[in-house]
Amino acid sequence: MIKAEIIKKDFPLLISNPDLVYLDSASSSQTPECVLDKVENYYREYRANIHRGLYGISEKASREYESARGEVAKFINADTEEIVFTSGSTLSMNMLVYSLEQTLNFKNGDEILVTVALHHSTLVPLQELAKRAGLTLKFIPLKKDSEGIDIDYDEMENMISEKTILLALPHSDNVLGTVYDVSRAARAAHKYEAIFIVDAAKTAGHMPIDVKSMDCDYLFFSGHKMCAPTGIGILFGKKELLHNLKPSIFGGGMVSEVSKDEASYLTSPDKFEPGTQNIAGAIGLGQAIKYLDKIGVENIHSYEKELTKYATEELRKINGVVLYGVGGQNDNTGVISFNIDGTHPHDVAEIFASKNVAVRAGHHCAEPFMGELGITASVRVSFYLYNTMEDVDKLIEAVEEVKNVFEL
Amino acid sequence: MNEELYKQNIIDHYKNPHHKGRLKDSDLQAIGNNPLCGDKLSVYIKLDKDGKACDVSFDGDGCAISVASASILMDNLLGKHINEMRLITPGDVYDMLGIKVSAGRINCALLAYKALNESFKKLEIKNE
Repeated sequence: MIKAEIIKKDFPLLISNPDLVYLDSASSSQTPECVLDKVENYYREYRANIHRGLYGISEKASREYESARGEVAKFINADTEEIVFTSGSTLSMNMLVYSLEQTLNFKNGDEILVTVALHHSTLVPLQELAKRAGLTLKFIPLKKDSEGIDIDYDEMENMISEKTILLALPHSDNVLGTVYDVSRAARAAHKYEAIFIVDAAKTAGHMPIDVKSMDCDYLFFSGHKMCAPTGIGILFGKKELLHNLKPSIFGGGMVSEVSKDEASYLTSPDKFEPGTQNIAGAIGLGQAIKYLDKIGVENIHSYEKELTKYATEELRKINGVVLYGVGGQNDNTGVISFNIDGTHPHDVAEIFASKNVAVRAGHHCAEPFMGELGITASVRVSFYLYNTMEDVDKLIEAVEEVKNVFEL
Repeated sequence: MNEELYKQNIIDHYKNPHHKGRLKDSDLQAIGNNPLCGDKLSVYIKLDKDGKACDVSFDGDGCAISVASASILMDNLLGKHINEMRLITPGDVYDMLGIKVSAGRINCALLAYKALNESFKKLEIKNE
């Protein structure tokens, strides 16, 4: 059971802003005290570069950094050498795409299978790859019914063929919070030896992730949406795949030997971590995982569904509110998208802000998805473990305020 | 914020915008887009033989700030000579709106203005 009133006290920003109703965690979450302490402690007590110094504080920094890698590995049921630290999802995906391009032999006419539900951070690097390598980008249609909006999995299975080299899906999207059947997608992809990539930015820290049962080839997420600092994230790859994958970003710390003309590289994950990494960020991510594990990610997931259900029910009662997608009937990662008839989402968000309710308005870095929903923008509410039912009540009051201002 | 921002005047222009719709046979036309929200507004201007705006319109959907700004800007353009229109600054647009525009809403307030400037650029290219 989540006691959000108590959990809220772990977050200094929420303590110092008691009136703030923060409903934008899908954009970036807040940071608990223990993570702030851990990061500060690195800077104050043992700040030094990792893997290099033969002195005490450098050794301690290396140990903490690698121990954070261990925490991440446990968190998603992977092995430590399968975890590469990056600056976040966007770098993970871009780096992966360039590395795949260096490693595999793409043929003109090969196909990449995706969905419009992907965030720009996954879709755009694939669009660019398709342009560079002469590949065809194909979109799996969506299925809209009374249950909500999901991928048409039958159609996905029909579309996969020998030509398919990549399949990329979100574990959950950041517009509707739908949870996608990635295991089914993995089976479909692997039937034709296609590589299966999962964007877990919306699910990490919000619902359990098990890369083994999911059977994805690559998966990535950012730390900043799950209580860790900004500028840290990870790329997971299956051991044998990472072993064969060529690096795409080069520099120091990843090489085993360098001559005037060429270099040979370390093994994974070191070969993918050139230069000085975000050490404090990685250590902070490790601590965030410990914090979330203590509360229980499964508990957080259930609680987010409760919040979503309550908010959806309350929003439905208001005349003029148009909800998109599932909205809590099915599995959801705590996201609700809606509009208020006769208003623009930006105006809604601004009026919400005057009531101390922080939400996101716009296309949420998913323009093609919004296009499929028939809108250019929506108001998005997203929950996390520190949100209370009272926050939902304040959201509802804010909606009423919008209707007052616009005389609706 | 919103007591200041969402004045009656802004709400009125948003709900009943002036010069809304597509103008046929326009001499100047262009689209402005707001990369933050994906909103797009087009402006259309018809010039008389002296180079003065004899008919103006805008089209597209947007927030209250961008629509009100477009509506008020169009009111203002009518009868102006093209050379006069070129001299309009963002500051002038804020003055026309009569509200304090926060950093987050500058793109909204200047969406129609951006399209207007784009239409001048297109005209220059055409004339080159």
